[in-house]
Amino acid sequence: MRYLPLTPQDRRDMLAAIGVPDVAALFADAPEVVLHAPPMELPPHQGEMEVEREITALAARNQSAGDGPFFCGAGAYRHHVPASVDHIIQRSEFLTSYTPYQPEIAQGTLQVLFEFQSQVATLTGMEVANASMYDGSTACAEAVLMAARITGRSKVIVSGNLHPHYAETIRTLAEPAGLKVRRSASLLDDTRVAAYSVDAESACVVMQNPNVLGQVYDLTETAETVHKAGALLVVVVTEAVSLGLLKSPGEMGADIVAVEGQSLGNGLNFGGPYVGLFATREQYVRQMPGRLCGETVDADGRRGFVLTLSAREQHIRRQKATSNICTSAGLCALAFSIHLSLLGETGLRRLAAINHQKAMRLKSMVEMIPGVTVMTSRFFNEIAVHLPWNADEVVEHLAEQGILAGVPFSRLDPSAGLDNLLLLAATETNTDADIDHMAAAMADILDRKDQAA
Amino acid sequence: MTIQTIARHPRRKAAAPISGRSGCLTQDEPLIFELGGWSKTGVDLAEPAPYASDDLGDLVRTVPIGLPGLSEPETLRHYVRLSQKNHAIDLALYPLGSCTMKHNPRLNETLARLPGFRDLHPLQPMSTVQGALTLMDRLAQWLKVLTGLPSVALSPKAGAQGELCGLLAIRAAHAARGETRTKVLIPVSAHGTNPATAAMAGYEAVEITQTDDGRVDLADLAAKLAPNVAAVMVTNPNTCGLFEKDVLDIARMTHDAGAFFYCDGANFNAIVGKIRPGDLGVDAMHINLHKTFSTPHGGGGPGAGPVVFSAALAPYAPTPWIVYGSDGYRLQERPEVEASAASGRLSAFHGQMGMFVRAYAYLLSHGGDGLRQVAEDAVLSANYIKTRLQDLMTPAFPEARCMHEVLFDDRWLEGTGVTTLDVAKALIDEGFHPMTMYFPLVADGAMLIEPTETEPKIEIDRFCDALRRIAQRARAAGTDPAVLAAFKDAPVAAPLRRLDETQAARRPRLRWNEALAGSPEL
Amino acid sequence: MRFTKDHEWIALEDGVATTGITAYAAAQLGDIVFVELPAIGRVLEPGDGLAVVESVKAASEVYAPLAARVLEANAVLETHPELINQDPEGGAWIARLRLCDASQIEALMDRTAYDTWLEDR
Repeated sequence: MRYLPLTPQDRRDMLAAIGVPDVAALFADAPEVVLHAPPMELPPHQGEMEVEREITALAARNQSAGDGPFFCGAGAYRHHVPASVDHIIQRSEFLTSYTPYQPEIAQGTLQVLFEFQSQVATLTGMEVANASMYDGSTACAEAVLMAARITGRSKVIVSGNLHPHYAETIRTLAEPAGLKVRRSASLLDDTRVAAYSVDAESACVVMQNPNVLGQVYDLTETAETVHKAGALLVVVVTEAVSLGLLKSPGEMGADIVAVEGQSLGNGLNFGGPYVGLFATREQYVRQMPGRLCGETVDADGRRGFVLTLSAREQHIRRQKATSNICTSAGLCALAFSIHLSLLGETGLRRLAAINHQKAMRLKSMVEMIPGVTVMTSRFFNEIAVHLPWNADEVVEHLAEQGILAGVPFSRLDPSAGLDNLLLLAATETNTDADIDHMAAAMADILDRKDQAA
Repeated sequence: MTIQTIARHPRRKAAAPISGRSGCLTQDEPLIFELGGWSKTGVDLAEPAPYASDDLGDLVRTVPIGLPGLSEPETLRHYVRLSQKNHAIDLALYPLGSCTMKHNPRLNETLARLPGFRDLHPLQPMSTVQGALTLMDRLAQWLKVLTGLPSVALSPKAGAQGELCGLLAIRAAHAARGETRTKVLIPVSAHGTNPATAAMAGYEAVEITQTDDGRVDLADLAAKLAPNVAAVMVTNPNTCGLFEKDVLDIARMTHDAGAFFYCDGANFNAIVGKIRPGDLGVDAMHINLHKTFSTPHGGGGPGAGPVVFSAALAPYAPTPWIVYGSDGYRLQERPEVEASAASGRLSAFHGQMGMFVRAYAYLLSHGGDGLRQVAEDAVLSANYIKTRLQDLMTPAFPEARCMHEVLFDDRWLEGTGVTTLDVAKALIDEGFHPMTMYFPLVADGAMLIEPTETEPKIEIDRFCDALRRIAQRARAAGTDPAVLAAFKDAPVAAPLRRLDETQAARRPRLRWNEALAGSPEL
Repeated sequence: MRFTKDHEWIALEDGVATTGITAYAAAQLGDIVFVELPAIGRVLEPGDGLAVVESVKAASEVYAPLAARVLEANAVLETHPELINQDPEGGAWIARLRLCDASQIEALMDRTAYDTWLEDR
């Protein structure tokens, strides 16, 4: 078998050296009854060709984003990843190395993490960032737990227009921690939710910007209100590229920022692996979850990097750790960092501008469709549109034509009663022809539904 | 605490190249912030056309971000040079205990990158992703057969999140019975994620002691099992590399107390294809796809930690899950019925698809027979290492048969002045990544070695020879100060020498800071 | 000066008890990188967590040796945790306490008893 280097002779030699007649003797500690259980019904091993055949066939049964016009967003965005990124992350030394616990032979990984942390802190306008979380949603949930630890308070206020899946994730983590999560009912302009609900028991207020409907806000006043009550502002960003155009959460007064970094360096990948960016104020650094990489010197005085402040983490603090996180998103963080290094200041700002411009065209084309109302007034690259018909059905019809026309809001939250709401995103990967084609096709579908009614 | 400049030793020239290695491999590599420019970019993007009206106004950033850019050639050079400062499995045996550093098959990388998987959005209409959902379901079937358990949650993004998933399902199960249980029993040898997860799930972690032969102390377990215990979290084989002989009793006692048996599946490689955790009485177990099923470690992730569940816990698995109906496969993202037992979602989408493709390719490639061979070769190799080293180094449990990993303590170093840390650094100079050190906590100066089944015998022998050399030198260190000094000085053949971790923790410097750049103190 | 089996020392003077960790403990922990000091005014039972002392590879709980109220925490440890390695039983005291019952201090080990106990371990 191609992955198993030991030969029958090797095995015989090793058994002889150990002094046992066969390998069964090495499993003697297992209960007899279990060792002699009926054999597992599994197919035998296969060569690369057969494995490739089966899995390629499965891949072929999917309609991928590149197959036609594509406008899905809602927390994962299609961007062009430069060819170099994938080549670099597949270098053995990055792909097949472990967590950098032996810094002398892991300076590659460690320096990348230091650069990544620096980029994330800079992008978010915050003072310090960690070496990644699993994704934006768990970064958001951990931010809530961190805010509760810092303030010693147990009430959490979640904006009504936080991505519903993120809100669910917060609940899953907050509930066993004894935190009470209050989710605002309002889906529209929600910057005032903080003013109405924050009080002396609130640990934090969680706002998403741009929010799940794509709406962009200035959160500065919200931050002030939250801070006056002694609470922390957690800002969530699901589209990392937006940070290339918009005022950063740090500038607006965020205390903890949780970002989904998938947009840069990492493809859509049907939901994972992604990469969570986590940044905060320096004064809170000891309450941060996840790994931290710090600068130091070696015995010769040369600059080097090490994992540091490890006493926060599970392998040292155990049940008192800031989080149970161990493996995070190392290679995805590397991919993010490479892509961002290639873009640089100029490239990212230009990329963001192009995204916004595409979304402007998207909006102008879609709002011309009879019966369609664009709900989002100020946006980055995603808008929410109200259709005269069930959005899920419209999306299905368009999918049959090879167009992936966004995400129905009901997919995120079927109980919201917003079945006619559709989320549409446009990025630099959309051509103007794509946008026009989708708008025309949608107009056609809506018209036919009108006729049939 | 405030960022402070680091008081440094005066900078010395880089050490002379070792063993004839080229100077370009040992040079310091600047940070992107030191190399790049604010106006440089390695991506050609069209200038965006001006647009008619824009409501963004003062929401637009006016302050520069502060990000360096590099051209493509500079980017390649920077990262390739950095990569050469890393050790990796592709270079040599990587003996990290309980990490299962096995070969990462390259077919898996190719298949994960097929556009039909890579370029799929998680929220596309179900009708457009039937191939992906089919793969997930087929993977799920394999995991169920291999573990002998009827249900699996694929969504956890790593082992630790899998542990949390399992404990939250257990919590939900007890709540459904109207029971409030507050404690989780965890062996002293457990990985730190176990008690950390118990705390996150709202439980108090209580330690179970270990017997002198390295296993869970049944008497202590019996004494601590009570109506307020929700679960017992056991790793099997345990972190000392030993099979828990009394596992059936542990399961029975746990169940008799109305608690659930959670198994940390980090060491599944020892028994995969041979023994089913379900047959051992396990109620929930996470599987580390990045350990047992070869998905790459990537310098710290991404991983994946799907959790298998017994029939008793299956109703409490978190959403989303896959169902099959007349329309084909569908992701069930919310329980149909309001009162449904499912515990809440763990993250925004439905799991680490990229890792599912890789793991599935791994499983198909190995088949049932290959997986059995994996466990047998892994256990054989670890026992062989124990045999080759036990005369010079002290196994923590010399009488016991180890499984896929072997645990040594530091008794063999007594009187030499050499520590486990020194041995690890000496191993670096021999060309190997050190074994896991100082874990599990139950062995003094622990050294945990796991070779895995993908090592050729010649490499295992090379590794043992290196450790034997170190062991001989360590003996000499007890009487020869020069030898001891050499141990304290190691590593000398790595890109950097021992790093000042105290400094890094006392004066944390966690990002590049322009104000401090170029300071003579640096 | 009196000692506990958790390697804390405690010294009473003018009704105020000063406490810290012993030189043995400091040596065991290695380079101290951070000290989490107690909040002023906190009331503690013996065995309650008073402070946390962190080294690079470990985090150790320091326990209140006797029932007491925290009067003062040694702020210099916030910026100079290394003082614990340099002067653990003097300048690197961790907290000053008002004991609920000062006579309880007599029941703790004195220097000789602590040293003997350490040797016998």
